[in-house]
Amino acid sequence: MTRDPVIKAKELHLTFKTNDGPVHALQDVSLEINKGDFVSFIGPSGCGKTTFLRCIAGLETPTSGEISVNDLTPDEARRARAYGYVFQAAGLYPWRTIESNIRLPLEIMGFSKSEMSERVVRVLELVDLTGFEKKFPWQLSGGMQQRASIARALAFDADILLMDEPFGALDEIVRDHLNEQLLQLWAETQKTIGFVTHSIPEAVYLSTKIVVMSPRPGRISDVIESTLPKERSLDIRDSPEFIKIAQRVRDGLRAGHAYE
Amino acid sequence: MKSILPVLTVVVVVVLIWVVAVVPMNVHLSADQAQRNGANIIPDTSIARKEVSGFVLALKNPHLIPLTYVGKRPNLPSPHQVGVEMFDTIFGKKINSKRSLVYHGWVTLAPTLLGFAIGTFLGLMLAVGIVFSRVMDKSIMPWAIVSQTIPILALAPMIIVVLGAVGVHGVLPKSVIAAYLSFFPVVVGMVKGLRSPDQMQLDLLRTYSTSNTQGFWKLRLPSSTPYLFASCKIGISASLVGTIVAELPTGAKAGFGARMLVGDQYGQPILSWAALFSAALTAAALVGIISLIERSTLRKMGIKPA
Amino acid sequence: MMYVIAGFAIWAVGWLLNVYLANGKSSDHWVTSIGIPLIFGITLLLMWECFVVGFEVNPVFLPRPSDIILRMTNEVSWLWADFNQTIIKGALTGYVIGGLAALAVAVLADRSEFLTRGVLPVGSFMAALPIVGIAPIFVKWFGSDWQSKAAVVAVMVFFPILVNAVAGLRDTTSMQRDLMRTYGAGYWPTLFKLRVPAAMPFIFNGLKIATTLALIGAIVAEFFGSPTVGMGFRISTSFGQLALDMVWAEIVIAALAGSAFYGIVTLIEKGVTFWHPSQR
Repeated sequence: MTRDPVIKAKELHLTFKTNDGPVHALQDVSLEINKGDFVSFIGPSGCGKTTFLRCIAGLETPTSGEISVNDLTPDEARRARAYGYVFQAAGLYPWRTIESNIRLPLEIMGFSKSEMSERVVRVLELVDLTGFEKKFPWQLSGGMQQRASIARALAFDADILLMDEPFGALDEIVRDHLNEQLLQLWAETQKTIGFVTHSIPEAVYLSTKIVVMSPRPGRISDVIESTLPKERSLDIRDSPEFIKIAQRVRDGLRAGHAYE
Repeated sequence: MKSILPVLTVVVVVVLIWVVAVVPMNVHLSADQAQRNGANIIPDTSIARKEVSGFVLALKNPHLIPLTYVGKRPNLPSPHQVGVEMFDTIFGKKINSKRSLVYHGWVTLAPTLLGFAIGTFLGLMLAVGIVFSRVMDKSIMPWAIVSQTIPILALAPMIIVVLGAVGVHGVLPKSVIAAYLSFFPVVVGMVKGLRSPDQMQLDLLRTYSTSNTQGFWKLRLPSSTPYLFASCKIGISASLVGTIVAELPTGAKAGFGARMLVGDQYGQPILSWAALFSAALTAAALVGIISLIERSTLRKMGIKPA
Repeated sequence: MMYVIAGFAIWAVGWLLNVYLANGKSSDHWVTSIGIPLIFGITLLLMWECFVVGFEVNPVFLPRPSDIILRMTNEVSWLWADFNQTIIKGALTGYVIGGLAALAVAVLADRSEFLTRGVLPVGSFMAALPIVGIAPIFVKWFGSDWQSKAAVVAVMVFFPILVNAVAGLRDTTSMQRDLMRTYGAGYWPTLFKLRVPAAMPFIFNGLKIATTLALIGAIVAEFFGSPTVGMGFRISTSFGQLALDMVWAEIVIAALAGSAFYGIVTLIEKGVTFWHPSQR
């Protein structure tokens, strides 16, 4: 595997000052994410996985340590539109139609009208929402809104995709379907993906690398390089190899909890 | 507390603009007065001066500038003049003297508070009625909206005359008008507030077989607290305006409105301005008190104030 | 006596009719939605007529609705001239000027967190003031024609619209603002694409409040000096002549104008903020 780190974090610390005292959201987090990796971050609440993702995105500033994205600071990378971000909630604008919502980043980034139309059609097809262009977000179900949100993040072809528990609110069948689609997308587009999740099977199924984190203070307790083949179908979830990796993740999570 | 510096900055800027504006506003009058006292003014006839703007006149006759700040009947009193008048009539006079702004303040404040209390109470009642009765919602709400478009001032003299004829004087007629003006913001705000819980919350209560009354006390009323305070702030200032306005046309002898009118009619603008500012300060104090109550109540309820 | 009984009877009929309509099957139909308040209003009017006659109320205190309507039909040209002077020239002009100024200042203040924190309290303070007290001062400055009234209205509507606009511009969730940051969107794109649309419900709240203020301001300001035309002028002189029916006629016009104004703004609001939960 080519070692070409696009995201480098070294001894990252992040402490929030709250009314109840300082919260060590991240402590001594060091990680390298290579180009084309699919990295999942998994851990219980408060382990810092979302905070770390936000640091990569330049939405949080670490109190100490270094982090670079494409050899730029996260802020510079953000302004260079290096990544697409998918939040836990769809966050679509209720006053815009679905297609208009997808056009939002494209308008800001200055794409031409024809380019925008073409991209909108393409990404809506990717997430299976063709036909819903003229609908408003509040006319769609939660799952469909989230798919639209993903389409929006894909529309401008950033190399990096950061996703914060995007499928958390969806039912299992839709989730499976979207997981499959996401892997297909990843294979087609060769993006680098950072993915935060609560679900062990999801993390193991999707990733080339699984980062297990534990809370208080937020830190990495295990980094697992997946031995599964890059091309995988949903059936792989029943294979012994999959189960072994899932076991290792589970052990890592338990170990994290043992520090209570 | 961190708002203090920005607020002060804005206030200082506004006062500075005021101080500067005094000159062009008053310079024509000062010029006339100075000429009568024998001074030399360019241009030297009042008619010629009318063609010239305030700024130009002041620049041509810089010796007039300090005079613009001390005129007896200025178009725009300087902050200093207003401040001195206010200080004089608030602290420098006996409280029950007819020249004391504290006395006039109380004459205005009493019906304001009474009217506000009545208006808020009735507004709350009507809001509850509208939220729980379809008939009231559909028949009254549109009229509640329309009722606010009736210029209450036009009714003020009639209400005072009518009530006077049946023997009601003093505080009550003005309270009626104040109540009328604070009533609507409370109705609209509380209807919105009582209807603000989202469907999920209401459904949850239905799963507990909650009655409408219980739902009111446990969910709707607490949820409407921010709206109640927002409406009360609008309501109390509306009540104050209502009382002052009620004093204007009836030739009232006391109260802020009466002072403003007296100042205007007797050519003592500084008096009017002092009364206006005192009314403003009173309004600010009232709204401030409600804000304080709001902050502590919302904090106890765990609601972050808007 | 008959009239008094009739009055109560009409009340009963009107109320029952409305109960039936409001709880019936077609209660959400737009015809019913207009019909119910109309029935309520007509019932009230008929009751008024009956009680004034039945209780023999002095018409100086409270004229009969029929007298008022008669006066209105007789004085259409005067009423129209008054309407033009007060509502169109005074109130509407002031509303537009004050509203535009408020929105401009809101955007300006929004540029700086410091300014916003300064402007919001000062603006709320000014909105609470008895601005009508400014009316005599403005008449002295701008003369007694409609310009001084428009100025009073402009100042009166400025602060509520400003406060609502500033509050609205701040009302975006941190997630939505983060999303804009991930697009590398600067201040102006974020303002126009996210914060202004999100602020619209607040802005319209302020605009609706301002409609009533504009009307009241224009009429009250005329009490302090006006050419011989205008609703405030007509009301004060008619009251002085004890021509109460004319006073009421002007009030009816004011009420109709005010409702129409408020209704138009509400309609525009429905169009612009169609997406807001309160409109769905």
